[in-house]
Amino acid sequence: MSKKNFNIIGNPFPRHDAWDKILGETLYAEDFTLSNMLHLKILRSAHPAAKLLSIDTSHAEQLPGVEVVLTAKDVPNNETVTKFGQTHDVGGFAGFSRALADKKIRFIGEAVAIVAAIDVKTATKALKLIKVEYEPLEGVFDPEEALKDDAYKVGEEDTNLICNYKVRKGDIEKGFKQADVIVENTYRVPMVDHAYIEPESGVAWMAEDKVITIRSATQVIEHFRGIAEILGVPHNRVRVIAPMVGGGFGGKEDITVETFLALVVLKTGKPATLTYTREESLIAHSKRHAYVMKYKTGATKDGKLVAMEAELIQDAGGYIYLSPWVLLYSTVKATGPYDITHVKVDTCSVLTNNTFGSANRGFGGPQPCFAYESQLNELAKLLNMTPLDIRKKNFLHSGDALATGRVLEHAVETEATAEKALVALGKPTKSKESHIKIGQGFAASMMSYGRNNFIHDTSRSYVGVELDGTVVVRCGVQDIGCGQCSSLAQIAAEVLGVALSDVSVYYGDSALTPLAGTTTATRQLYMSGNATWKAAKVVRNNLARIAGEQLKTKPTNLVFKGNKITAPDGNSLSLDTVIKSCAGQGIELYAIEQFNAPAKDLINFKTGQGQVFSDFTFGTIAMEVAVDTETGKVDVLKIISCFDVGQCVNPLSVEGQMEGGAIYGLGYGMCEDVILNKGITMTPSLGEYILPSSMDVPKVQTITIESGGGVGPFGAKGIGEPSCVPAAAAFSNAVADAIGQRIFDLPVTPERIVRALHKI
Amino acid sequence: MKQYPIKIIVNGKSREISVTADETLLDTLRSKLDVFEVKNGCEQGDCGACTVLIEGIAVNSCLTLAIQADGKEVTTVKGIGTDENPHPLQESFHKYGASQCGFCTPGMITSAKALLDENPNPSLNEIKNGISGNFCRCTGYTKIFDAIESVTNENQS
Repeated sequence: MSKKNFNIIGNPFPRHDAWDKILGETLYAEDFTLSNMLHLKILRSAHPAAKLLSIDTSHAEQLPGVEVVLTAKDVPNNETVTKFGQTHDVGGFAGFSRALADKKIRFIGEAVAIVAAIDVKTATKALKLIKVEYEPLEGVFDPEEALKDDAYKVGEEDTNLICNYKVRKGDIEKGFKQADVIVENTYRVPMVDHAYIEPESGVAWMAEDKVITIRSATQVIEHFRGIAEILGVPHNRVRVIAPMVGGGFGGKEDITVETFLALVVLKTGKPATLTYTREESLIAHSKRHAYVMKYKTGATKDGKLVAMEAELIQDAGGYIYLSPWVLLYSTVKATGPYDITHVKVDTCSVLTNNTFGSANRGFGGPQPCFAYESQLNELAKLLNMTPLDIRKKNFLHSGDALATGRVLEHAVETEATAEKALVALGKPTKSKESHIKIGQGFAASMMSYGRNNFIHDTSRSYVGVELDGTVVVRCGVQDIGCGQCSSLAQIAAEVLGVALSDVSVYYGDSALTPLAGTTTATRQLYMSGNATWKAAKVVRNNLARIAGEQLKTKPTNLVFKGNKITAPDGNSLSLDTVIKSCAGQGIELYAIEQFNAPAKDLINFKTGQGQVFSDFTFGTIAMEVAVDTETGKVDVLKIISCFDVGQCVNPLSVEGQMEGGAIYGLGYGMCEDVILNKGITMTPSLGEYILPSSMDVPKVQTITIESGGGVGPFGAKGIGEPSCVPAAAAFSNAVADAIGQRIFDLPVTPERIVRALHKI
Repeated sequence: MKQYPIKIIVNGKSREISVTADETLLDTLRSKLDVFEVKNGCEQGDCGACTVLIEGIAVNSCLTLAIQADGKEVTTVKGIGTDENPHPLQESFHKYGASQCGFCTPGMITSAKALLDENPNPSLNEIKNGISGNFCRCTGYTKIFDAIESVTNENQS
């Protein structure tokens, strides 16, 4: 289908769920209530490392209004090992976790006990009546320290090392011998928070037939399995419903409130509700991992990259969660969208007593992007080349292989995105004051969309037509604000020739909607979009067969448009007429289809060789900044974001992702930092954890390239996560251009700028 | 704890309830009056998701005691416009795609309404200042700026 023939796809429609949100009608997790709900509060550890000696809940239990207090001993299966992947048991990738703390405290804010009471005030009062005896332990807070043999051990195992990966291509020593210039630096990036405006929240109740039903703000309704295992009940006795989620960004990918709610419902049979406070969210839920990255890169005098050696150390914090997966993503992407002759990458993930790291938009992509894009600019400076020229000599193109040996068989338009972004950025603005320095910078990036190929990722979707010609999609996606549901509505509307308003989407229910996998990894448009497209095609083919008989033409000649089916001779039938004919003949008016991502073997973890991802999204962000050299304050004057999105399903949503992603990534570069002092969170509020506000940002200019070369429906690529990946590196490069010096740690704060300029 | 009877006019409807002295307006609206369009994002006055108008002035309802609203008009996004009669800001938020996850949207539209009531022709910088108390994590603010700019007097005439 060529672009000009689309009716719905490629048009900037307001999303079908937009009015509800704008009128204040959408009921998010915390907006749903039941009569006589118990209100939960979680007692959290005040120590990042300690032996848990005893817990006395008796006083708390006696407080009037308290229904129950639960600790580890009350949890049927408190210790679980999460295996990742929907259908495939992948060896070596298992995350040990505890529902409630036991034996050893591993990070600050670890959940120790659950209180359920008639209201929040009573539950809060009861928390203070629980007596916990801790023996504080020394802990370890620096991942490099934690790797040493004699380091304090975070868990019960005799090592803090979780896993390590390698990529080997060519001969790194030989590569550096061929190099005329070499740069070598260590980059440090902080832990950062998702800071969705909706905190973690949910309501749970015991429904008919003893099904524990949880309605929560989650990116993964399929946690019903893991929750069931903790409760010791069959999988089909736990149901998770995801309403519209008030932002996810990876922070609602792991279980948050669900287990606590389910345990109370199982114990009491009563409905329960829990919403984290902002402080709780900042202290105790997952973060983007902090990394230490040692990079050494060599180039010949004409700018060809001949060697890149990278060592990445990931601070996983107190529990494993998704760390091995995030690290694998970083490993594959460690050398960026560049063709480099000799490559040696070593990565490892290590436990510390810091807050645990897990998924965060970009999933291991933004960290190495900051490092490799800094290295490229440092080399360009030494070689007296422009940052664009050195990149143009080294960009991967379609048909080239990554250092992992994987050949990029789909569209690779990185170079075009860089060129277009820089044209849009234009000539530098002239500074009117001598202490204000203007700088320009950009960063290019590659980011996968879709999950690992060796986990056999799948999604299912139902498409059906009603007798009046309207359309129903049922698909277990979680809509976290990126337009997941609306995209499916557009796809079904396109295939069946109806208006967007003719489609209803039922979503996010593990019991009633076909399971569609996680809303993570920029995978829903790719996976569930394809599944919905397949299902809609089946229904269309059934309708076309009958319409073709009546219109006396081949089904493939028919056009579905404007709620009509039209033959080449201009004769047409209304869609509902054909639907009624089909119904009368018992022809199926619905289909459930499954889409399978291409399955690949497990990669070789000793060499990194193999295929991990279906495809990547390539793009560039460019910025112009004005730096006050006296105060270090930076004004961001321009942001240009250019990505090859394959095909815009909804340009308004694509722009929204690119604009939001650029600012999400700008925060990482400019101001965001979960500051920990020996494991203790020093930034436990949005007054202390600094997010970009409306005052800090210019309008983002977006440029989309539509190569048609993606593996999603209609040739689309994913844009959710990729859009944020290069922003921090672009900001850092722009500041370096302004002040003539590079800052190697994120965020690039006014304090760091002043210290660099005045050598203090 | 001692209960104090108060009367709040929420979106034009008079509501009589009893509150404690330490009860926030946010808590009263959500827990006692089922006013769920007022969102709880931080309860510390940092995020702006709970913004309402009291007598036309935008406030964080989490930092306002319910007692302070006694006898006053409280307006939420549902009082600003309805399905049948949406406010021009709501039309423009819809048209420009200024709402993504939507969680900040009720507070954002409420702050924008307060801004435009005071200054019908704000510059981009004045718009930025007007909504600086409202965080949005999804949109990067661009489409929110566009939506508000489009309903200034200048752009409507």
